[in-house]
Amino acid sequence: MSLLEVRDLRTHFFTRAGVVKAVEGVSFSLARGEILGLVGESGSGKSVTGFSLIGLVDPPGRIVSGSIRFDGQELVGLKQPEMRRLRGKRIAMVFQDPAATLNPVLTIGQQMALAVRAHGGASEAAARDLATRTLTRVGIPDAAARLDAYPHEFSGGMRQRVAIATALLHGPDLIIADEPTTALDVSIQAQILAEMQKLARETGTALVWISHDLATVSSLADRLLVMYAGRIVESGKVGEVLRAPRHHYTRGLLDSLPATAKPGEKLNQIPGTTPSLLALPPGCPFAPRCPRADAVCANDPPDVVTGDRLVRCHHPLGVAA
Amino acid sequence: MRPLSMPRYCTAMLGFIIQRLLQSVGVMLAMSALVFVGVYAIGNPIDVLISPDATQDIREDVIRRYGLDLPLWQQYFAFLGRLLSGDFGRSFVFDIPVLELVLARLPATLELALASVLIGAFIGIPLGIYAGYRPEAASSRAIMAVSVLGFSVPTFWVGLLLILTFAVNLGWLPAGDRGPLVEVFGIGWSFLSAEGLSYLILPALNLSLFKLAMMIRLARAGTRETMLTDTVKFARAAGLSEFTILRRHVLRLISIPLVTVFGLEFASTLAFAVVTETIFSWPGVGKLIIDSITSLDRPVMVAYLVLVAFFFVVINLVVDLSYALLDPRLRRGRAA
Repeated sequence: MSLLEVRDLRTHFFTRAGVVKAVEGVSFSLARGEILGLVGESGSGKSVTGFSLIGLVDPPGRIVSGSIRFDGQELVGLKQPEMRRLRGKRIAMVFQDPAATLNPVLTIGQQMALAVRAHGGASEAAARDLATRTLTRVGIPDAAARLDAYPHEFSGGMRQRVAIATALLHGPDLIIADEPTTALDVSIQAQILAEMQKLARETGTALVWISHDLATVSSLADRLLVMYAGRIVESGKVGEVLRAPRHHYTRGLLDSLPATAKPGEKLNQIPGTTPSLLALPPGCPFAPRCPRADAVCANDPPDVVTGDRLVRCHHPLGVAA
Repeated sequence: MRPLSMPRYCTAMLGFIIQRLLQSVGVMLAMSALVFVGVYAIGNPIDVLISPDATQDIREDVIRRYGLDLPLWQQYFAFLGRLLSGDFGRSFVFDIPVLELVLARLPATLELALASVLIGAFIGIPLGIYAGYRPEAASSRAIMAVSVLGFSVPTFWVGLLLILTFAVNLGWLPAGDRGPLVEVFGIGWSFLSAEGLSYLILPALNLSLFKLAMMIRLARAGTRETMLTDTVKFARAAGLSEFTILRRHVLRLISIPLVTVFGLEFASTLAFAVVTETIFSWPGVGKLIIDSITSLDRPVMVAYLVLVAFFFVVINLVVDLSYALLDPRLRRGRAA
């Protein structure tokens, strides 16, 4: 049985300007120890999907329908105290900017001790001990001494390691990582990616890795979900999706990677911008930017499933019509 | 408790304190000169000191005795010279040393001011944090209504209402004066006995209303802002309870403006609690300064205002030092 089963998840934001359908019918599953890459542009709903999983959607947003089954337990509609007992203990989250997530006026040790003691009354000494061991695991040298340091005394990469260690404290089954390497130097990115992969493999922790960067995700994830305008438009094994994308949006994303461009030529880009989620017209939301769009695309596209691949398109690439 | 024992940091801190103390001497010198000139301009104390039917001989004798025949700058430097030996001069009116006069009244104002800022902080900060945490709740709106009242209703009116309600109608608390004093190190305090405390409650409440309103606003604004940060989101993702997040994360993050205003309010209440002191016949320094202004008691005015400048300087220094305790990033900035 899979660890996580998301079915037809819808998370909407009820703003003054209208209802923003940030996540609109997302379904996927995740096995224990699996690493899932969730990619898309800003505003595609990937972060909101992540926050929905851990029950931290900020008002005026809320999950309006759908189901999130985590290890057999339904999370949608779960009371806050029960959700709180899962957070940090069995489902953890790492954010984009470690300078903003860590509290600047508390020492690393104080913050990690708070996270340890959020789940059971460990003694101060036991909490420090667990924090030290976890910091060592994520590659922080001389961890015991560094416990008394403040976040500003760490480099960006080290700060993110501290945040990752905080997420790992209770050995969670699932970690949601919301662009955790975006704010870091490229060389540090690679280190963190390699270590996250190793930690996930060692501990059997499943990872949902949210990113707008296909290159990062492709080196890390087992499976890829591509989101566009609150929906999953393509999913499948990383290698297969990258080798033979079936959605025109995925194709566009891959073509716009600088690495695929020939030197001296102009970089490719997808024309247009992400549509506003406030008033999305019916039909395929990508149609206005799609090279293959025609009259049919004014209707909602079907989910075309072949094996473990899914593509949500009237005219999928590489599939015999 | 904190890991701050780097000797370099301590040296830098000591340098900072010495620098600030030197600055404070400058501030007090400037203050004394301003006050001296200002008070000199108000009027001639002789007209108040001596009855109109005194003979010219007596008049001149008194003028000479107080050094009022000298030019202003000579009077000022004579005053400064005496000041250095700890002599603030003698009151024209009471004919006792000014320092004795002020110090006899100061404890009364000190305990009143401290009580009022403490009430304001200990009630206002939790209420403000709650109002910032639940900005839409009816209870939060009620809290904000209280803070609007605290800002806009005049102190004297609230003081009179408090006396009318609790002293006259209900008869629970005394309407004025300081009540019995408990002596510690030769200084009398009201707050050390239950009965004395009952005298302190009403004037302290009266003064605290404005501070309460201020603390509510500041704590609410800070909390609203902080609750939206990733720090709070990350703490929630780690499974911390909302109460722990507010107490351990939010309170620390919003503390710098709170401490600043606490210090400023304490200093200004110490100096200018005159309305409340008058209404409640509280024998503090605020009443003393008003009396000395009406009677043109120049030495008292000058000494008092120099003392007030000293309080502000010292309290601001303490506030500045507490920043370094509250925010570790400032420690490094200062040592560098």
